[in-house]
Amino acid sequence: MGTYALTDSWTMTRRELAHWARQPGRLVVGLVFPVMLLLMFAYLIGGGRGVSGPYRDYLIPGMLALTMAFGLEGTMLAVTQDLDKGVIDRFRSLPMANGAVLVGRSAADMLQSALGLAILVGVGYTLGWRVHASPGAFLGAMGLLLLLRFAMLWIGIHLALVAGRPELVQAVQILVWPVGFLSNALAAPASMPDWLGTAVEWNPMSRTATAVRELLGGPGGEPGHVWAAVLWPLALLAVFFPLAVRRFARMDRQ
Amino acid sequence: MESGGVAVADTAVIVEGVRKAYGGTPALDGLDLAFARGTVHGVLGPNGAGKTTLVRILSTLLRPDAGRIEVAGHDVVAEAREVRRRIGLLGQHAALDEQLGGRQNLEMFGRLYHLGARHARVRAGVLLERFGLTDTGRKPVRAYSGGMRRRLDLAASLIRDPDVLFLDEPTTGLDPRGRAEVWASVRSLVGGGTTVLLTTQYLEEADQLADRISVVASGRVIADGTADELKAATGGDRIDVVLRDAGQLGAAVALLPLPKSEVTVDPDRRLISAPVTDRMAALSGVVRALEEACVEAEDIALRRPTLDEVFLHLTADRAEEAAWAPTR
Repeated sequence: MGTYALTDSWTMTRRELAHWARQPGRLVVGLVFPVMLLLMFAYLIGGGRGVSGPYRDYLIPGMLALTMAFGLEGTMLAVTQDLDKGVIDRFRSLPMANGAVLVGRSAADMLQSALGLAILVGVGYTLGWRVHASPGAFLGAMGLLLLLRFAMLWIGIHLALVAGRPELVQAVQILVWPVGFLSNALAAPASMPDWLGTAVEWNPMSRTATAVRELLGGPGGEPGHVWAAVLWPLALLAVFFPLAVRRFARMDRQ
Repeated sequence: MESGGVAVADTAVIVEGVRKAYGGTPALDGLDLAFARGTVHGVLGPNGAGKTTLVRILSTLLRPDAGRIEVAGHDVVAEAREVRRRIGLLGQHAALDEQLGGRQNLEMFGRLYHLGARHARVRAGVLLERFGLTDTGRKPVRAYSGGMRRRLDLAASLIRDPDVLFLDEPTTGLDPRGRAEVWASVRSLVGGGTTVLLTTQYLEEADQLADRISVVASGRVIADGTADELKAATGGDRIDVVLRDAGQLGAAVALLPLPKSEVTVDPDRRLISAPVTDRMAALSGVVRALEEACVEAEDIALRRPTLDEVFLHLTADRAEEAAWAPTR
């Protein structure tokens, strides 16, 4: 065990990169969609209820967090599509490292998410958004966002392994949207009814968004939220990472 | 131990008393099987007989509930990784990355067998050549024909020259041309000395490709032997008589010197068929009886039973046995 874990994981990551090269359209759509959402909220729908300061400066960190959370759908879809085909049987009958299939998936998804963040930040800049923070704080904010994405990734893998079929992804998609919007990504909790505001504050996504606002020095940032933005994703990982790995290793029980 | 007279050192696969149930429904119900290296063993049975469950257990994809299974000298549960190094698997559904091309698939699987980048590339080239897939270019597997996909799948199963190759219904869903392609590929492998376990529901396929055949029904082996032995075990040879006039079928059955209870009549083909014990006596008896009664025959032939007949015979026996012992 272990000797081939790295090379096998790299082989599986390369497989995902080869999929991008084969179907660049898919990758591009995945990257453009959050930009579309950002523009929609910046110019069409967004009012920034309860936000003190320019809405754009509140919205962009929120959109970054929202994009990380919505990444769950892409992960789920990719995993269920793999399960649906016989190729997973071949992987499992090879003398390869057990977790390499999942590591390849997560490496590719993290790469895509990092790319997505860079694009959103770039678009934010063209909209006039400015970061008022040190390079260290900026990198810290990006790190928190990717940590949230990493937690969502393993939730996605676990849900995909439980659901098993691409059709069931739609059911999860229907749930992801309200959960995503039930956060402070787009509007301040102060503008909401008390009970809703409380629920929104507890959403892990809200914690990350608030921490990012704090680190980047925009409206909606409150001091002391960084630790919550670290702990929440770690807690989710502590639950879903072992669940997903166990589920994958025991797939033969199905 | 029922290992069919195979010396243990030469056995490729040993299966003893294997059970597997899905939610209380047994798929394998105490199955025994053994066969030697360098042979092709056919597992023949209808849908739901447990063939795929057996292959999934043998290829480490599924854990048995009970029983002992050794593949290429290693236990499939305790030494799964050792087994995986030594087997190739061709499942019922193409186990390929449909978005990638043929060469990309083979190189990826070669790397996962830890051949190293250069060796994996060379091996992919050799296999593409061997299975006539070199001119597929960058076309994704998604766009392949059924036969091409199956050949690429087979190539992927052979990347590391497996000690034992499992073929689970390799031609199900293929058109006759695709089937012929796969048969030719399997024959060339066997010529090269590869040990193969082949499951099929096509009797013709088992007869064509397998050295020995295990007939499986309801998760157990109900008969075992070469195709000839199985045929002999179920009543030996048969005589077929085709009449010129279908109207005379009833009269002919009455006068022919054949065991009345075992005669089958197919009016569409104007065919009377029956098992015989003494070939020559039966043939001359039939010819004489027809001449005396002035019944004209178009064709009279002695033949061995088909595996279809063997299979019907065996499963009928088993149904009777079950009827006698309903509470077992």
